[in-house]
Amino acid sequence: MTDVHRPAPAPARPAATREAAPDVTLRAHGVSLGYDGRRVIDGLDLELPAGSVTAIVGPNACGKSTLLRGLARLHPLDGGSVTLGGEDVGALSRKELAKRVGVLPQSSIAPDGVRVAELVARGRYPHQGWFGRHSSTDDGAVLRALEATGVADLADRPVAELSGGQRQRVWIAMVLAQETDIVLLDEPTTYLDLAHQVDLLDLLTELNRTHGTTVVMVLHELNLAARYADHLVVMSAGQVVAEGRPGDVLTAASVHAAFGLRARVVPDPVSGTPLVVPLGRTHDGATT
Amino acid sequence: MTAELAARPAAPGLPADPVATLRHRRRRRLALVVATLAVLLVAMATLALTLGEASLAPGRALAALFGAGSDADVFVVHRLRLPRIETAVLAGASFGLAGALFQTTLRNPLASPDILGIASGASLGAVTAMLVLGLTGLAVSGAAFAGALVVALLIWLFAWRQGLHSIRFVLVGVGFAYLCSSLLAWLLASVEIRAAQSALVWTVGSVADVRGADLVTFAVAALVLGAGVALASRWQGPLALGDDNARALGVPVDAARVTSLLLAVGLVGVATSFVGPLAFVALVAPAIARRLLDDGGAALVVSVLTGALLVLAADVVGQHLLFGVEAPTGIVTGLIGAPYLLWLLATDRRKALA
Repeated sequence: MTDVHRPAPAPARPAATREAAPDVTLRAHGVSLGYDGRRVIDGLDLELPAGSVTAIVGPNACGKSTLLRGLARLHPLDGGSVTLGGEDVGALSRKELAKRVGVLPQSSIAPDGVRVAELVARGRYPHQGWFGRHSSTDDGAVLRALEATGVADLADRPVAELSGGQRQRVWIAMVLAQETDIVLLDEPTTYLDLAHQVDLLDLLTELNRTHGTTVVMVLHELNLAARYADHLVVMSAGQVVAEGRPGDVLTAASVHAAFGLRARVVPDPVSGTPLVVPLGRTHDGATT
Repeated sequence: MTAELAARPAAPGLPADPVATLRHRRRRRLALVVATLAVLLVAMATLALTLGEASLAPGRALAALFGAGSDADVFVVHRLRLPRIETAVLAGASFGLAGALFQTTLRNPLASPDILGIASGASLGAVTAMLVLGLTGLAVSGAAFAGALVVALLIWLFAWRQGLHSIRFVLVGVGFAYLCSSLLAWLLASVEIRAAQSALVWTVGSVADVRGADLVTFAVAALVLGAGVALASRWQGPLALGDDNARALGVPVDAARVTSLLLAVGLVGVATSFVGPLAFVALVAPAIARRLLDDGGAALVVSVLTGALLVLAADVVGQHLLFGVEAPTGIVTGLIGAPYLLWLLATDRRKALA
């Protein structure tokens, strides 16, 4: 299902042709977020298209993770509102929200001794009643999640014994077991080497293409974001500086505006998406 | 690396529904562990019925338990030994369950009422009531319970900072443990030696002197709190994944944590108020339980049984097997628990304080 060396899928995809059953367009309306009274984001408006893969990029401390946490209601809003398909997210119960929005927070640590199937099964929590035992419906969802992420044969292994790449797949399987139409991921490729980053992004793309899952992720790596995202959001200092198709959005000017980095943006020889080639102080591009 | 990443065709070695199979295997393991511990507990209780100044053969002891046999036998079994066994089981179960709750809720295998100072808070409460206020009987128990609650509340206030952070809670708790122990030592040193001697049971713990109405009160309180834990147990799985994951799965994290900790503090407070602190039981029983199940879960039910077995065994050892000296239960549990803690620290370096 996933070969690292396979070329990435070409970015031709009218995402709108697929019909997502419930509308999972996530919108931020004048959202303000902060820590201890220090504002990180002030009155931000944003729409994350349903059925697409959206990547949020930006320099360190630009508020991209905070924004994701605010959208997922992991962090309280200081102002504004978030809607999912037009419905106010803040008005939903946590459990109801968990049935509709799956979230993978940054760097999760599995409890000692927990095994893969066990961890993934915890993703079924929002679907179980107060006295609800694990049912065969849950088994089915867990198995599908394990298979979709290619970790079914690891089901009985302790999570702690797995490699970083495998572990991240298991966490994604846990989120998939929630069976939501939209998943938010906070830097899912952190701590992975390049091959595993590509592998993971391929996996998320496949989930989007085959299951119609709306994927929203915060990413660090600009070029991978440009290659894998249908919709790219570039943030800086708590503001959205550019958004849209990566080819339209990622330019030398926007990279400079967001990152303060002089760069040349050329077409990616593999995918045709923009490729950011930084200049820096010691390589100013004059020799090329 | 490519081999690891490459998908294997639908997991060849596994049966049609590996998830259900694994789940059933876990459930069988749980049943096996519970059954084994229950058998051991009954065996240990029988042993405890037979041992003592008037040694009874198991047959005679069991006959007396069901009302047959001489009046003397019935008296020994029903008045002297059974209450002590029941107290040990109740206390062990309460400490075991409380420890399991503390450890999963705070995501720290070292989080237990001993380490957090909640047990010393209870001791301090009881000793203060006895030595300073001159109270006796159930009032002392009430003071122990209040002491546990007050210390828990103080840890809470000091650890709360826009939500409850496990590591802060544990560190603040360790601070309070020292504070309470110091106050306790000062209190014991400042009164006359006889009074200090009588208060000693509250600093060590013993299951020897709970009977009659007190035992019933203890049982009812423990059962009510246990039922509360059963209701709160569904939160433990997601909570063990950390705040963000638990929230993302729909758990009201702060409420769940407050409730779980209140129940745990309640259990510790009740148990300590009747038998004193019983060192290390709440730390060790859940750790053993988790090892027996080995599934990464909270092991609440099994912790109840390992706790009960541990305290009952410790009491049997303390009464009969320590070279003729009768040692309070708490000393024996400490003798078992302290080396275990050292071993845990030596081998569990990866997660000890994470």
